[in-house]
Amino acid sequence: MKKSLRERLAILSDAAKYDASCASSGTSKRHSGQSGGLGSTEGSGICHAYAPDGRCISLLKILMTNFCIYDCAYCINRSSSNVERARFSVEEIVWLTTEFYRRNYIEGLFLSSGIIRNSDYTMEEMVRVARTLREEHRFRGYIHLKTIPEASPELIEQAGLYADRLSINIELPTDTGLTQLAPEKQPDRIRRSMGELRLKMQEMAEPTLVKKRVRTFVPAGQSTQMIVGADGASDATILSSSARLYSSYELKRVYYSAFSPIPEASRVLPLVKPPLVREHRLYQADWLYRFYGFDIGEITSGLKDGMLDLDLDPKLAWALANRDRFPVDVNRADKAMLLRVPGFGTKTVKAIVQSRKAGGIRLEHLVRLGVSLRKVKPFVTTLDWSPVRLLDRSDLRAMFAPQPEQLSLF
Amino acid sequence: MRTVTLEGRGDFEEWRLAARALLAAGVEPGAVDWRIRDGEGGLFAETSPELPADPQGPLTVPRAFVDLAGSVICHSDPRRFGLLYRLLWRLQENRTLISNAGDADVAVTRLMEKSVRRDSHKMKAFLRFKEAEPATDGRRRFVAWFEPDHFIVARTAPFFQRRFTDMDWLILTPKGTAAWDGKALTVTDTAAKRPDLDDQTDDLWRTYFRNIFNPARLKVKAMQSEMPKKYWKNLPEAELIPELIASAEARMQGMIRAELKPAPVRHERRRLSPAEERAMAEGVFGALSREASGCTRCPLHAHATQTVFGEGPADARLLILGEQPGDTEDLAGRPFVGPAGKVLDAALEKAGLDRRQAYLTNAVKHFKYEPRGKRRIHQRPNSGEIAHCRWWLEREVEAIRPKVILAMGATAVEALTGRADVFSALKGRQVPLGDEAVLVVTVHPSYLLRLPDPEARAREQAGFEAMVALAGRLSAGERDALSPTGGAGQSAEPWQDR
Repeated sequence: MKKSLRERLAILSDAAKYDASCASSGTSKRHSGQSGGLGSTEGSGICHAYAPDGRCISLLKILMTNFCIYDCAYCINRSSSNVERARFSVEEIVWLTTEFYRRNYIEGLFLSSGIIRNSDYTMEEMVRVARTLREEHRFRGYIHLKTIPEASPELIEQAGLYADRLSINIELPTDTGLTQLAPEKQPDRIRRSMGELRLKMQEMAEPTLVKKRVRTFVPAGQSTQMIVGADGASDATILSSSARLYSSYELKRVYYSAFSPIPEASRVLPLVKPPLVREHRLYQADWLYRFYGFDIGEITSGLKDGMLDLDLDPKLAWALANRDRFPVDVNRADKAMLLRVPGFGTKTVKAIVQSRKAGGIRLEHLVRLGVSLRKVKPFVTTLDWSPVRLLDRSDLRAMFAPQPEQLSLF
Repeated sequence: MRTVTLEGRGDFEEWRLAARALLAAGVEPGAVDWRIRDGEGGLFAETSPELPADPQGPLTVPRAFVDLAGSVICHSDPRRFGLLYRLLWRLQENRTLISNAGDADVAVTRLMEKSVRRDSHKMKAFLRFKEAEPATDGRRRFVAWFEPDHFIVARTAPFFQRRFTDMDWLILTPKGTAAWDGKALTVTDTAAKRPDLDDQTDDLWRTYFRNIFNPARLKVKAMQSEMPKKYWKNLPEAELIPELIASAEARMQGMIRAELKPAPVRHERRRLSPAEERAMAEGVFGALSREASGCTRCPLHAHATQTVFGEGPADARLLILGEQPGDTEDLAGRPFVGPAGKVLDAALEKAGLDRRQAYLTNAVKHFKYEPRGKRRIHQRPNSGEIAHCRWWLEREVEAIRPKVILAMGATAVEALTGRADVFSALKGRQVPLGDEAVLVVTVHPSYLLRLPDPEARAREQAGFEAMVALAGRLSAGERDALSPTGGAGQSAEPWQDR
């Protein structure tokens, strides 16, 4: 008997939750006043709800189907798993998206799919969803499509004309890891897809003699995801993989997804509580690389076994390992060095550079900028503060590390 | 002390007029008592009558202040009027005050602004429409109930207009209402009552919420800091939260302990990936280049996008050899399609040569680089990498048996000769290579792109073009063509007798 829409929604959203991305930001600005239809995007994304896993729910994140001919060990939908299977029609996905959108539950759609028949057939169905939304429903909300590996370039191009973002998951930080856990996936194919997409984006952004107007093509760029903790890769390996991905394919984001137990899990994987703190530290290190001017080498050099300190954020860990670079004079230091002070974010640094023009900075000014003094005091000098002795203390690390937790008694 | 009484429901205009009048009259901030009319209260006439109703004197403020004040006036804190007036007063002396986030007044005002912005953002996020009976003209109608902290309805309503153009909607809140009928947006500051509405689709949404949650990643604090409990009563999905939290641990343990069942029959029947390997290169190189595409002889393969194999006809008389693929070549999977390739193309065209007649390849088939933010910085391949990759170059040369090899740059020469120290001696010369082929040596085109001095660049460019032309003439059969340096270097493999 055919499963009801609700039953299939349960199966196909359950199947989609291991994709971390739910971003709806960074795309072109547009709204339904222009189309007479439905939907808008205004630069920053909106999280319409949060699940108890702390993750933002911004998009309707579902699979078109969870039937799949691949057998990737880490995936709930792999062909050898006994998970219940279901499939949506193109029209059903369009209906769910627009009805959810009208009630202001979501910003748009993130559609992925298991691979049925072949890559091109699957990709074509996904493109049909995006086209129907855009053309028949004049939908101006956000659309993220997962690229099916090895789908033809023509389909990818069409997908890029309807979607805000395309992504293809690199899945594991090393080629060896991927070959072991996902025998049908080919790492070089995945990289090639990302390379082709980057070239396509460049091409579309350039006006030519034939087309003076550039066409909007994946305005929110491409992203990818790496699973953390399913194979033996260290944080240093993971981060250098990310640096390569960012520099090679102009990725907007690399998502890190702590491997979590799945129903019907394969026995080749570590079935433990997902390493959430590790995932968090990786995101912090990733931010240091992208927004704070750190080299991956600086973050990872001197790490024990190539692993980030779970107790300290990587910026603080770097500062403690490089005390000779501190204290930083808040009134004189350049922006690049201010960005390296633990406790200063990019916004704070901008505000400091602005407001020190109006006069010397004291601790009270930092407080007004929302800075935590406890965190920055050992690393900065202001008109009324100098930390010399504090910085030399051998127990400085202990001042920041969390108190040892009492073990649970049962 | 002057008393000014305002409605205080987010209307910037009433405050602006009052503040203008006070400032024109030179009333110090400490001498104003700002009040909000409560219910029946007095009349607007309470504003001190001796103030000019609309002073005409010039009063300019920075744009940043207008934006800030427009937002802060929506805050529900009764101190906002006095605070803004004090800022306005101080601005007359210090025009850049607003940019000093370390100032106490500015800091408090910024906090209020942030709170208003956050409230407005949460309204965009957590307001939920429920479908009502359609309008008489058949347009679908939706109604929402929301409880904002501040007077933000008028500020936020245009967002909903831009987003929901093709449906009628009505937003009700205790701090005002907004309505859209496809033609006009109407906002009021009248308090509304919570409507009684039911929407079937909420059930589907709850199904989604329940299933998108991963019980193995429970992080309740992270959820609550972004979606505080005060919003829960108006969110249809929130009623599920306590149960999802309570059952999470058991669900995760269940997954960890579950017995693994045998794979379904479907799995055994499945076909392997149907997208078969497509030959990347044409002709006889299909097999060779397919083989090379899986090359792992050196560690470079794991960093690059793909092997960039040679390209050109199997019977090419001219083989052009470069160093390694660059950024563009690595992405496109073809040699010489980036900036250096353009320099080469121009030289080939100038010499009247057809690129498609030549076989183009690189000494090293993978791109070597250092990641630097969003860019990749080219790194020269080392001797080990060149030696590993020579295996492929030899296969290419064997299969094509070119008459002429144009070696561009030191790496190309090293790949052919096995020596890293002979490039400068050979540059600008032609030398026999074995019995059949001639080696013509020149600089790499990317070297020309990097030369800062225009004179040196012009000189090197001319030399490069001359060697490309020479290689062309030689490959066309002009065996006696002279090299520009006067035909030097005719001795057999001169690097071997050094």
